[in-house]
Amino acid sequence: MSDHEYTPKSKLGKWFNDRLPLLTLSNHLQEYPTPKNLNYWWTFGGILTFCLITQIVTGLILAMHYVASADLAFGSVEHIMRDVNYGWLMRYVHANGASMFFLAVYIHIFRSLYYGSYKSPREVIWIIGMIIYFLMMATAFMGYVLPWGQMSFWGATVITNLFSAIPFVGESVTNWLWGGYAVDNPTLTRFYSLHYLFPFLIFGLVILHIWALHVPGNNNPIGIDLKKPSKDTVPFHPYIVIKDLFALLIFLIVFAFFVFYSPNILGHADNYIEANPLVTPAHIVPEWYLLPFYAILRSIPDKLFGVIAMFAAIFVLVILPWLDTSKVRSAIFRPLYKQFYWFLVADVLILGYVGAMPAEGLYLLVARVATAYYFLHFLVILPILGAKEKTLDVPLSLTEPILGGSPKEAMVKKNKEI
Amino acid sequence: MKNFFKPFLILMIFLSYSFSSTAAEQSQKLLEPGWSFKGFFGKFDRAQLQRGYQVYTEVCAACHSMKYLSYRNLSQPGGPEFSEQQAKIIASQFEITDGPNSDGEMFTRPGRLSDKFVGPYPNEQAATAANGGAYPPDMSVLVKARKGGADYIYSVLMGYEDPPPGIILDDGVYYNKYMPGNKIKMSQPLMEGAVEYIDGTVSSEDQMSKDVVAFLAWAAEPHLEARHKIGFRAIIYLLIITVLVYFSMKKLWSRIETKV
Repeated sequence: MSDHEYTPKSKLGKWFNDRLPLLTLSNHLQEYPTPKNLNYWWTFGGILTFCLITQIVTGLILAMHYVASADLAFGSVEHIMRDVNYGWLMRYVHANGASMFFLAVYIHIFRSLYYGSYKSPREVIWIIGMIIYFLMMATAFMGYVLPWGQMSFWGATVITNLFSAIPFVGESVTNWLWGGYAVDNPTLTRFYSLHYLFPFLIFGLVILHIWALHVPGNNNPIGIDLKKPSKDTVPFHPYIVIKDLFALLIFLIVFAFFVFYSPNILGHADNYIEANPLVTPAHIVPEWYLLPFYAILRSIPDKLFGVIAMFAAIFVLVILPWLDTSKVRSAIFRPLYKQFYWFLVADVLILGYVGAMPAEGLYLLVARVATAYYFLHFLVILPILGAKEKTLDVPLSLTEPILGGSPKEAMVKKNKEI
Repeated sequence: MKNFFKPFLILMIFLSYSFSSTAAEQSQKLLEPGWSFKGFFGKFDRAQLQRGYQVYTEVCAACHSMKYLSYRNLSQPGGPEFSEQQAKIIASQFEITDGPNSDGEMFTRPGRLSDKFVGPYPNEQAATAANGGAYPPDMSVLVKARKGGADYIYSVLMGYEDPPPGIILDDGVYYNKYMPGNKIKMSQPLMEGAVEYIDGTVSSEDQMSKDVVAFLAWAAEPHLEARHKIGFRAIIYLLIITVLVYFSMKKLWSRIETKV
């Protein structure tokens, strides 16, 4: 890194920086050499940081007015919507913010898949990212339970019941999670407590995620290692900062449309009916961002294996850096992978669609095929592609013209330099 | 700018996808009478909300509670906007059980602005028992609690019909074109002339249905007008600052031989 020589100008700055190098850190963040060819898919990291902070800030305010009690939760949400000054705004930003957060995280993940950002030397960034994603899903699920509407209650019932599939100890585990023999007040209060805790765990992991990113530096659309700093890079500030800001503003316009003009469209109408353990809704559907996993869960006829498949769908992402054996990162130079990538995108969208539909007839068949393909992509297609695919020539730098010869050789040379 | 559009386009596809996945099948196409509160500048019609309140209190409130509203809401900006004096009079017509007083006794007193709407039944069980086993749902957020919202409630109010041949209904069950399953335990609530409007509007079934649904929409979303107003300003502000940031970005990046 280039900033080892940094010394603060003022005497006080130097005194402080020698004891806690915060100024060095700040200088590093400004000077951080970033590939100049990053496209707008790379702006979602900054957008996600913004989303997390928005969720934490609005969540803090909501927590001041919300009451975690099975008898009072629904009414306290209505109190926020009606009587708290701008409570409606805080709640709608928080509720739609979750959807926007997931929208951004899916784009962020699929960007990484396309450009091979998970590959060496960025595996740790990827794994931390996957842990964040998993915690996000848990947080969002528990947050959806808090208003204590019909979908909250029945969603919680369905998901927590999954743990009863664990052999031998399933029932005790489920009772332990519930704090009783059914989803009830103890479940609500512990979900509230954890819903408050998890965002701060995510926040800590985000810091590690960025730290791990700053060791090798950003990947880029070409997917080659760049000399840093060089003519191929720009300082993070002001170039990347202003670009991220521009993208964030566009994102905020979309966000604002949801919050102000259709705040309930991503939610489910049934959640405005207070939870009633005696009445089951016609369809129990999770929030849209969990639907692909819900489809995988329901596509397996056996409960235990359904649960295993659902968790395996996430776990397979964690070990992805070792499943994709291709040395070339970016899909730009991988003609076959590029096609399979879009198949995977379509596959996940299909899974999401059938996840929202009743699990019967054609929907169930489609869900099974799509689930099978999902695992096929990661467990079979990627390892084979790594060995068999004929990749295109990879340039050695952004400014140099594309050189002839085997790109793999070029990669090997690069790898030795590291 | 070109390389910016592709991400944006795909973003939009994602969004429309998430729309379609939440909007599920609707067997019967709902009636859409057109509401003053829809759209970017949507606002409630005060006279309509006041009429709607009259329909609610004279007809619906016989069975349906509205427990999250207070009488003071009736005079708040963005709602029916009765004068504070009118709202006080409305509140005082209801009898509130309060207490215990210093002797430990419960007592009744006339309602005040700060009181919640008084419901027709002491509890859910009483309401269910009095209505042939079907609990008349609380109406505070009813419009948001039904798929199709205001259109759906309006359609149900207008959807009472004689059952088609072959369908035999039990006692106390009615046929409704728009109700899921076509069976409803509420008899047709709004008959021609069911209320006599204070403002002299002719109380046709259609008029009353529209008025009461508008009132219910306000009850479910009392800050809708503020939301639309703030939203419009927020988006204009965002658009302006986005343009400014775009040109600043162009200027900054003009030093680098890469397009943004």
